[in-house]
Amino acid sequence: MSVGSQATAASALYEQRQRRLMDAIELREPDRLPTIRFSHFWVAHYSGMTCREAMYDYERLAAAIRKAVIDLEPDAFQPVHASVAFGPTMDILDYKQLEWPGHKGLSDNVPFQYLDAQYMTSDEYEEYILDPTGFMLHKYMPRVAGALEPLSQLPMYPGVLHTRIIQSMETYAQPEVRRALETLIRAGEEMQKMRSVQSRMFQELKDLGFPLAAYGTSHAPFDVAADYLRGSKGAMLDLFRNKDKMLNLMERLTTLIPQAGIASVKAAGGNMIFIPLHWGLDGFMSPKQFTTFFWPQFQKVLLTLIEAGIYPHVLWEGDCTSRLEVIKDVPAGKCVYFFERTNMFKAKEALHDTVCIRGNVPASMLIAGTPNEVREYCKKLFDIVGAGGGFILDAGVGIPDEAKPENVLAMYEFAKQCVY
Amino acid sequence: MDDRGTQLAKQIADMQEEEAVKLAREMLDSGYDPVELLRHCREAMELVGKRYEEGEYFLPELMLAGEMLKAIGDMAKPLIKQDTSSSKIAGTVVLGTVEGDLHDIGKNIVTFMLEINGFRVIDLGIDVPIATFVESIKEHQPQVVGLSGFLTLAFDAMKKTVGAIEDAGLRKNIKIMIGGGQVDETIRNYTGADAFGLNAMEAVSLCKRWVPA
Repeated sequence: MSVGSQATAASALYEQRQRRLMDAIELREPDRLPTIRFSHFWVAHYSGMTCREAMYDYERLAAAIRKAVIDLEPDAFQPVHASVAFGPTMDILDYKQLEWPGHKGLSDNVPFQYLDAQYMTSDEYEEYILDPTGFMLHKYMPRVAGALEPLSQLPMYPGVLHTRIIQSMETYAQPEVRRALETLIRAGEEMQKMRSVQSRMFQELKDLGFPLAAYGTSHAPFDVAADYLRGSKGAMLDLFRNKDKMLNLMERLTTLIPQAGIASVKAAGGNMIFIPLHWGLDGFMSPKQFTTFFWPQFQKVLLTLIEAGIYPHVLWEGDCTSRLEVIKDVPAGKCVYFFERTNMFKAKEALHDTVCIRGNVPASMLIAGTPNEVREYCKKLFDIVGAGGGFILDAGVGIPDEAKPENVLAMYEFAKQCVY
Repeated sequence: MDDRGTQLAKQIADMQEEEAVKLAREMLDSGYDPVELLRHCREAMELVGKRYEEGEYFLPELMLAGEMLKAIGDMAKPLIKQDTSSSKIAGTVVLGTVEGDLHDIGKNIVTFMLEINGFRVIDLGIDVPIATFVESIKEHQPQVVGLSGFLTLAFDAMKKTVGAIEDAGLRKNIKIMIGGGQVDETIRNYTGADAFGLNAMEAVSLCKRWVPA
C-alpha cells in the first residue's frame, strides 16, 4: 500500500472507531462491541519497565503505550503520561501529596500513592469559600509542595490596588520568592517536555487510526472536599460537626470544578472527560448522606459539562448497586458510567435507556485468572449488558498493573468477535 | 437505675457529640465512677456497631463514634486508680496493610469493629513487611491474621505473607482473612488465605466464627 492509501485507511479506521464509541455512548447499537484501553502502570510492565521508569522516562513510556495500543487495538485509549509521568516535576517541586516509587520508602516497582491528610483545616472553610484562588495560592500550594512555600508571601491583591500594585512588585524580587518562581518555571519546562512527548505519541496513534477517550479529568465536589481538602477523617467528621460549612463549600466547588474541566477539554480540542469517583460507593455513606452531600452537587457538575458538549466518563469505584436508582437521573445518551464492582446486570436494567455502561472485567480475573475465564466473562457481559448497544467493554478500574498479558489480549480480541 | 449513664450511652449512640462529651465531663466532675462511665461507653459502642451491621450507620458514624470514645476515654482514664480494664477478650487478631500498600481506611474500620466486638487487635499499620507479620504472630499468638490491601499490588504481597507464615511453621494454628476493595474468591485462592471479606462486618463475623466464645 502506498503512503497515501495507508493514511486514508488509517483515517477511515479512526472514523469507524469513533463512530463505534459514539454509537454506544448515544445508546445505539454499534457495528460491534467497542473497547477502551485505560490503565496506569500495566503498559509499562507490558514493555518490561518498572513503575519508576514509567514515571521518569517519557520516551520509553510513549513507546510502551504505542506498543500496547497497537497490540490491543482498542476503539479508544486514555492518556497514561498525564496520570503517571510526573516524577521529575515532583522532584523539582518537593511534592508532598504523593509517595512514589524510588522516593522515600517505596520500591521501584510499586505505583505512586496519594497521602490522605488534612490539607485544609476545619477553621479554613470560610476563607476557601470567600476566595478559593487566594487560598490555593497562599496556603494550599505551599502545603503540597515544599519549593512553593514562599508563595504564601505573595500580595493579597484584592486589597492591594492602584499604585500599591506597582509597589507590590518588590515581593517578586525577594530571594525566597524569586527561588520559588524560578522553581515554577523549571517545573513548567519539565511538564512541557512531558507534554510534547505525549502530544507526539497521540498524533502517531491518531495517524494509525486510534482516537483518545479522555481529554481531561474532573471530580465530584465531595471527593475534592474529602480527598484533597479536609482528608477522609476530617470530611467524615464534618458531616456532623460542620455540616453547613461543608454544604457551602460544595456549592462553591459545584461551579469551580466544571469550569476547570471544560477549559481543559476545550484546550485539548476534544469532547470527553474522565471523572474517577472515590466516595460515592455503597457502604461509605448512608443513602441519606449520599443524596445530601454527594449526588446533588455531582449531578450539577455532570449537567454543566454535558451542556458544554462534553461526554463524561464517570468511574464509579467499588460497588454502587444501591445508588443506581438515584444516579440514573441524567440526560439520556450523554454520559458513560464506568463500573468496577457494581452489579452490571442490575445496572443494565436501571440505566439501559439513559446511560452507556462501561466495564468491568475484574482485576482479580485479569491477574489470577485464565484467558478462557476472561472470554466467558466478556461473553456474558456482551450478551446481557451489551444487548441493544449502550455498552463499552473495559476492565473494572482499567487494566490492573499486574494483569497477565494473555488475559488482557484475550479480552480485547474477544470484543472484536462481538458483532451486533 | 442509672439515668445519667443510660443517657450518655444514648447520646453517643445517637451521634450527639457535644452533648455526650459535656455530660461525661459533668458526670466525672461530680464524682461519677470512671469505670462505670466507660462501661456505658462500651454499651454505646455495641449499639453503634449493631446499627452499622444493620445498615443504619456507615463510615462517618463509626468515625465520629471513635472520636467520642477517645475524647471521653481521655477524660476518664486518668481518674481510674487500678487497672480494671482486663475484661474478657474474645480473641486476638493481628492486622495490617500489606507491604507496598499505604491505604488504611478499611483496616482502621476493621480494627474499630473488632475491638467493639471484644477482640484484642494488634494493628501493625500500613506497608507492613512480611517479616513483621511473622514476628508479631510469634509474639502475640493470634487466632486470626488479617491482611488488608486496597491496590492490586497487594495480591502478591498477601500471597507472599501467607507463604512466609506457612514457611515459619505458624500456619496451621491460625486463620487468615484478606480484605480490601478488589479482593474476591479468585484472590483468596491465589493468596492461600482462608477467607476474604469486603467490609468490616464480614471481618467480624469471620473472627466470631473462627474464635467461638
